[in-house]
Amino acid sequence: MKPVRTITGRAVPLDRSDVDTDQIIPASWLKKVERTGFGQGLFSEWRDDRDFVLNKAEYAGATILVAGPNFGTGSSREHAVWALTDYGFEAVISPRFGDIFRNNSTKAGLLPVQVSAEVGKALLEAVEADPSLEITIDLERLRLEAPAAGIEASFPLDPFTQHRLLEGLDDIGLTLRFGAEIDAYEPTRPSWLPAVTA
Amino acid sequence: MSNTGSPATLAEKVWQRHIVRSGDGEPDLLYIDLHLVHEVTSPQAFDGIRLAGRGVRRPELTVATMDHNVPTTGLGQPLSDPISARQMEVLATNCAEFGIRLFAMGDANQGIVHIIGPELGLTQPGMTVVCGDSHTSTHGAFGALAFGIGTSEVEHVLATQTLPQARPQTMAVTVDGALPVGVTAKDVVLAIIGRLGTGGGIGHVIEYRGSAIKALSMEGRMTVCNMSIEAGARAGMVAPDDTTFSYIEGRQYAPKGHDWEDALDDWRSLATDEGARFDKHVQMDASSLAPHVTWGTNPGQVVRLDEAIPDPESFPEPAARESGERALAYMGLQAGTPMREVKVDTVFIGSCTNARIEDLRLAAAVLEGHTVAPGLRALVVPGSGQVKIQAEKEGLDTVFINAGFEWRNPGCSMCLAMNPDKLAPGERCASTSNRNFEGRQGRGGRTHLVSPAVAAATAVAGHFASPEDLQ
Repeated sequence: MKPVRTITGRAVPLDRSDVDTDQIIPASWLKKVERTGFGQGLFSEWRDDRDFVLNKAEYAGATILVAGPNFGTGSSREHAVWALTDYGFEAVISPRFGDIFRNNSTKAGLLPVQVSAEVGKALLEAVEADPSLEITIDLERLRLEAPAAGIEASFPLDPFTQHRLLEGLDDIGLTLRFGAEIDAYEPTRPSWLPAVTA
Repeated sequence: MSNTGSPATLAEKVWQRHIVRSGDGEPDLLYIDLHLVHEVTSPQAFDGIRLAGRGVRRPELTVATMDHNVPTTGLGQPLSDPISARQMEVLATNCAEFGIRLFAMGDANQGIVHIIGPELGLTQPGMTVVCGDSHTSTHGAFGALAFGIGTSEVEHVLATQTLPQARPQTMAVTVDGALPVGVTAKDVVLAIIGRLGTGGGIGHVIEYRGSAIKALSMEGRMTVCNMSIEAGARAGMVAPDDTTFSYIEGRQYAPKGHDWEDALDDWRSLATDEGARFDKHVQMDASSLAPHVTWGTNPGQVVRLDEAIPDPESFPEPAARESGERALAYMGLQAGTPMREVKVDTVFIGSCTNARIEDLRLAAAVLEGHTVAPGLRALVVPGSGQVKIQAEKEGLDTVFINAGFEWRNPGCSMCLAMNPDKLAPGERCASTSNRNFEGRQGRGGRTHLVSPAVAAATAVAGHFASPEDLQ
């Protein structure tokens, strides 16, 4: 995974709540067996509407998505994260994320930035008013800043995930350092637990 | 969640016994007892371990099935969709390469992943169960800690049989009292989601408690736990009791002999201790519940069958107003219309929420002596090969077919329309599945979530109806 330190860019305002992962990437896209090429499927049903915000020229090239609360609820499909990153997004800002989506994001290098409802609303309004507004997200300081709009906020992230993203560390590699602990745990499992041979 | 020593909840106990390692400022590393795999969320994970030169640590704790893409007609014939066929072939190749048991299409034990796990006796109290599927919460009905994961996490579990996880908060949802006649587990969980909203459970494991939950069968408890994720909770649990034990006893992978006795002793110790603390409490009165129907595009947008479609203008939250208005426009509905006056085009009985034998029995009992409304399309998709076999033994297939339903082969089918079973744009469906998201059952399709009993009655009436309406 590529290290993430600072993300600076323009944002797309998606002023909708409860954007579920079925909307982010419809199920018809989940048949692919590769990890790439999902950007085309991002919000594909909504993008058929010419007025959908992603189709507006003034938001082209934006790298941050600002959404309403409960973003990424529903299905566990990591394809939703792959679609966002493949399209060019590096961070999503929302007052609340679905748990699985949030986890998937941090595994796949997309930064979930959780802000208060007030900051979320202020950002949506600011980006709608000025599509060229620049937002900076500093992962080291856990700060979000949009100086031109006078918006500043901190956001939460556990120190482990922060460190992992800053260093671009492979999660599995980190766990494999604890091979001895896993080896020690296994014999303590109850004998009746199921095992299925191929 | 608190540590050991003090009174603990069911979730805390299961969590605690699976900690391989914990460090300050780090998520706990949890051991995973059972990893269920299906064709959609696994190919990139297998690729990942291959690329990194890693293997599958415990293939015998890993079980795979094909469910999302499988067609429900024309068993044994080539698939009409070559991309679906390829995804299923890739799963078969991966399972063969890494020595993982696969219940492939045509196998008598093939079926929806969350139906076959319990059915085979693989899901047991006190276990950790994961799957690259958000409805893994289903298995919590047995007092297991079961949650959905993404593909990176699938890869992590394949490689290490563990998963780093942050400790969730706990929520007690207590439903006391007796359910009125005609009110089912599906109505209970729809009412709970209506109360919590789609985000109310985020960051929490829900424990369903109270006399109404205890009185539910295992099938009913699975329906309730299944939809925990629709309230945002990654996991839902019910304390194991005699209902749980008698469901498990004798199943293929259930403990036998001495092990069975040991397991029972252990399982009896799992229930939440007196005095244990939950981070959040929700209380519901079972006797006040009624059959429920969703009217919008998320499962929290739900009303009682005897109510009218609400006016979003009346919602206090601006975000809820806006999403309510969008939902009504998408669903082609008017605020104020009584739910019973809304006509449907299709009825789908199936999915990991409601395609177990008890669901089919319930729907068939409603349909006995009735036929589906003229022009209405109705299909039943059993949740697994075993459910199908059992239903046919009981003659339920004949009841469905005589009533005008199509009797299909097992799979996820129209719950998410990855196979050929889809709604056409604008088509309105009463569905026993779990998500009424835009386009979920086919682009432009309009989904209303209901119980199997309401689905069956609706098929006969042609509009939303309860079984009593048919008398």
